[in-house]
Amino acid sequence: MFYAVAIFAPLIGALVSGLFGRAIGDRAAQAVSILCMLVAAACGVTAFFAVGFGNAPTETLDLGAWVQAGSFHVSWALRSDPLSTTMVGMVTFVSTLIHIYSIGYMGHEPEGTRYRFFSYLSAFTFAMLMLVTADNLLQLFFGWEGVGLMSYLLIGYWYDRPSACRAAIKAFIVNRIADLFFAVGVALVFLTFGSIEFPVIFGSVARHAGDVYHLFGTTFPVLEVIGFLLFIGAMGKSAQIGLHVWLPDAMEGPTPVSALIHAATMVTAGVFLMARMSPVMAYAPTALAFVTFIGGTTALFAATIGCAQTDIKRVIAYSTCSQLGYMFLAAGVGAYQASVFHLFTHAFFKALLFLSAGSVIHAMSDEQDMRRMGGLWRLIPVTYTVMWVGSLALAGVFPFSGYYSKDAILEAAYAAPGFIATYGWICGVLAAFLTAFYSWRLLIMTFHGKPRMDHHTLEHVHESPPVMTLPLVVLAIGALVAGYALHDVMLGPDWSAYWRGAIVNGPDNHIMTAMEHVPTWVSLTPSVVGLLGIATAYVCYMFAPGIPVWFATRLRPVYLFALNKWYFDELYDFLFVRPAMRLARVLWQVGDATIIDGMPNGAAALAAEGARGAVRIQTGSIATYAFVMLIGVVVLVGVFLLFR
Amino acid sequence: MNAAGFPLLSLLTFLPLVGVAIIMMVRGDEATVASNARWTALWTSLIVLALSLVLFVRFDRGEAGFQFVESVSWLPEFGVGYKVGVDGISVLFVLLSTLLTPICILSAWEAIHTRVREFMIAFLVLETMMVGMFCALDFVVFYIFFEGVLIPMYLIIGVWGGPRRVYASIKFFLYTLTGSVLMLLALLAMWHQAGTTDIQTLLHTQFPASMQTWLFLAFLASFAVKVPMWPVHTWLPDAHVEAPTAGSVILAGVLLKMGGYGFLRFSVPMLPEASAMFAPLIFALSVIAVIYTSLVALAQEDMKKLIAYSSVAHMGVVTIGIFTFNVQGIDGAMFQMLSHGIVSAALFLCVGVIYDRMHTREIARYGGLADRMPGYAVVFMVFTMGTVGLPGLSGFVGEFLVIVGSLQVSFWLALLGATGMILGAAYSLYLYRRVIFGRITRDDLRNILDMSPREWAVFAPLIVLTIWMGVYPSSFTDFFDVTVQHMSAQHTAALAHAAQLAANVVPAVGH
Repeated sequence: MFYAVAIFAPLIGALVSGLFGRAIGDRAAQAVSILCMLVAAACGVTAFFAVGFGNAPTETLDLGAWVQAGSFHVSWALRSDPLSTTMVGMVTFVSTLIHIYSIGYMGHEPEGTRYRFFSYLSAFTFAMLMLVTADNLLQLFFGWEGVGLMSYLLIGYWYDRPSACRAAIKAFIVNRIADLFFAVGVALVFLTFGSIEFPVIFGSVARHAGDVYHLFGTTFPVLEVIGFLLFIGAMGKSAQIGLHVWLPDAMEGPTPVSALIHAATMVTAGVFLMARMSPVMAYAPTALAFVTFIGGTTALFAATIGCAQTDIKRVIAYSTCSQLGYMFLAAGVGAYQASVFHLFTHAFFKALLFLSAGSVIHAMSDEQDMRRMGGLWRLIPVTYTVMWVGSLALAGVFPFSGYYSKDAILEAAYAAPGFIATYGWICGVLAAFLTAFYSWRLLIMTFHGKPRMDHHTLEHVHESPPVMTLPLVVLAIGALVAGYALHDVMLGPDWSAYWRGAIVNGPDNHIMTAMEHVPTWVSLTPSVVGLLGIATAYVCYMFAPGIPVWFATRLRPVYLFALNKWYFDELYDFLFVRPAMRLARVLWQVGDATIIDGMPNGAAALAAEGARGAVRIQTGSIATYAFVMLIGVVVLVGVFLLFR
Repeated sequence: MNAAGFPLLSLLTFLPLVGVAIIMMVRGDEATVASNARWTALWTSLIVLALSLVLFVRFDRGEAGFQFVESVSWLPEFGVGYKVGVDGISVLFVLLSTLLTPICILSAWEAIHTRVREFMIAFLVLETMMVGMFCALDFVVFYIFFEGVLIPMYLIIGVWGGPRRVYASIKFFLYTLTGSVLMLLALLAMWHQAGTTDIQTLLHTQFPASMQTWLFLAFLASFAVKVPMWPVHTWLPDAHVEAPTAGSVILAGVLLKMGGYGFLRFSVPMLPEASAMFAPLIFALSVIAVIYTSLVALAQEDMKKLIAYSSVAHMGVVTIGIFTFNVQGIDGAMFQMLSHGIVSAALFLCVGVIYDRMHTREIARYGGLADRMPGYAVVFMVFTMGTVGLPGLSGFVGEFLVIVGSLQVSFWLALLGATGMILGAAYSLYLYRRVIFGRITRDDLRNILDMSPREWAVFAPLIVLTIWMGVYPSSFTDFFDVTVQHMSAQHTAALAHAAQLAANVVPAVGH
């Protein structure tokens, strides 16, 4: 019962603050939505402990029929297995902290608009909760699209800024491209299994392992096709290479939104999907290899971009992209537990990093460019400290949480057989170096060195109010202990007692044991390259600032390539956006207006012309008529005489 | 007599004409006449709506056949009778018509100020024609109502329309009439073959395969124009742009559904072999419609034209669903039609709201309305998301079921047919952004007023329905699911039968 409360309390908060926000005022709306979130978090965290540690039964709460068409049947339901409750606990907890933080962060927004923000935040959380508690693919898709809508509204929250509107639309449409494949994948699941309810799918997946599907003139195992289609859906939501372009632009939204998108909701949905569908993915080795490849590539690719960005939020955004790559890398080699574990720890330190960045931006009077920061550490010590904690966790330094989860992923990638897994491991290690590098680059550029802002801004720098710093401290504690506390439970020898079949590794998949037995140097590698990265950042940005300058000038193409985000936006604009708009105009002006309408309009013109011609014959002159008649008679008589 | 105990369907059909008679009798100066005409029309349509709710409550959802049947002998020597009844396919369209009529009348309350009496009369006559068309169980009766719809609609566009109303209304009339004439020929051929025009009998008549081909093409000519399918869709944007708001609402809400309804009532069940044969053609045209018109919608600068083109794309999804012949596909098509009837009608009403204030539909003239019209922004967002097909709103269910249905036919049909998901999001959000988001740059927009109580009353039922249909669609799919299952099974059986016949014929020829 309280599980349902955890899910629906945010919805109630969203509805009350959204519908009555203008009537009851901002403060009341804020209070309602935060109260609902606190209730949700209390219930959600309780469920997390009850199911994960207390052996509470995993059950499904049926809420009634949804779609029904012939043999197609789907219900609204809340599933409470360990995977769902893990996500529910994390989402409600982190989201509540973000709500509280937002009181302070959004405090400067004009009166009468803030209720909207809180309503959106709560609705966002609700959509994510529906996603993770779904008992069938369609409800998962409901949450999936729901977070898409709410991210659209939140990214475009400052709707009077053209860039925010553009980013919002971009996010929605890029996600939609992936969702198209997801939807077709769901339909294919129905075609294969005769149902899209998880218990039915997972129960009969082995029987369909040999089924084939015809495509491109050849046959594929149907589970592989399903795996690919669902993963393309996941690529969009989780911003993997190729479909990642929306994520950095999503920075146009207020910072708490970024934290929510990047940590608790939205982007983790794709990773969750892979874990949820693990019983099916186990039978799709080629799809999994593709997942590994994309994951590894994204981890490295996004990290290279992160090294060249100067917007504090963009650096963190690309780091999310990169960390999601790690999660897919783990999922691809079959270590879904490691993937979800990293998702869990990442939620804490990524929310922490974003909210700290928000605190910096708040202190800097909305300045986001790190080139105009510097020397802040004395002025905002709390933010500085928690940002260190977040960065240490992100870089995977012992004993912070990222250490446990990132290590596990890299060990799994190393232990997994095959060339692609090794490729993933190499990408992961290189990315670990770059992660540490750009994190300390961010720290140094923001907090150390000479202040580079104008004195007006400098005078104004102040530590954030407790309503903002308190959530930061809580998250910092999470980023500090979550890895240590949960590593043994989720990944240790008794992991199956925690997950209780919610994640299935497949009959031939022994990665969970294999990753425990990698050589020592493999376990040490991430920490070593991480420390190297930190050291390099210190050298480059603190002691020898000439190096990055030299790098940027001598290797200008490389630098520009990273700075311009590998030119993905330009490429897509050139390949898709502009041709589509041009084609649209051609189809309209030429296709519709000229060709298709040309025919009836031409026919009408012809008829009018003919009628005018007919009118001209009728001159009204009797002499003409008589003459024509005479000719007619002559012709008729002539014909008659000739052919008689 | 029937489940209602009284001739419910005939009452629904002809009650609006009583309203017409009352309006005609009103005397007095212009203002009195206008006011009386408005109120009479509203009350008449509300009474019809209330009566039609009997259908909603008393309709037996487990029954595949026709219900509430009334039959009166009319021209027995020709096998023609006045016969009405509803089954799962038609009952919700009747309700859609009776729901949208009062909404249209209410939306035209202030927008129409010339010839109010005539306008209201036209609308009530239109309601009679629509309801009669969906209820008809005799082909001749159906044909009369089907054509009859044209006349009031033609007048509504031609008299109360925009500057190019004459061009638009004549184009509308000629397009639909051309198709209908061919349907009349098909009607005569069927009557010749079966000796009756009773639809229930025709449904069980087997037409020879060669004849089916010609009959199908004749029906296609009529219904494809109504749907409208690519490439006979160009009348629609013109008609919508010139029509007054209420006209657009009924045009998008109900009139387009007549094509889809025709396919489901005649083409698919009566001509199974020809339908199966022409399905690839329909798929091709529908996929082109989805992609082509969605792209064209993206380039539009006129709000109504944009929504009109989006209608063509959405109806493309409908025709894909119908011709998959499986339960999910047809259920999806049905649901998509109903959802589109609500959502696109609401979108045209949304355009009407700001058109009434600014008297322009040019997208570039707007921008930043969210500041001044927060309520309107929310309403517009709900229906934008409805048309985009957000799960939890009505548009999603139909679209998704059609994907499921079409995947049973072909992977590429499913994938290409569903590209509307992407393109639909693109043009809808692009429209929303240009109208609602941004900064107010024009002075005349600074004093624009948010929605009035009358406008809220217009939108409230549509919002409720959009959410209801999205969250609990079963209360609507229940109406037609059994009928569709029956139809799908019949179709499979008919094809199997035809294949068997062909197999028997081949050895005979071999002798």
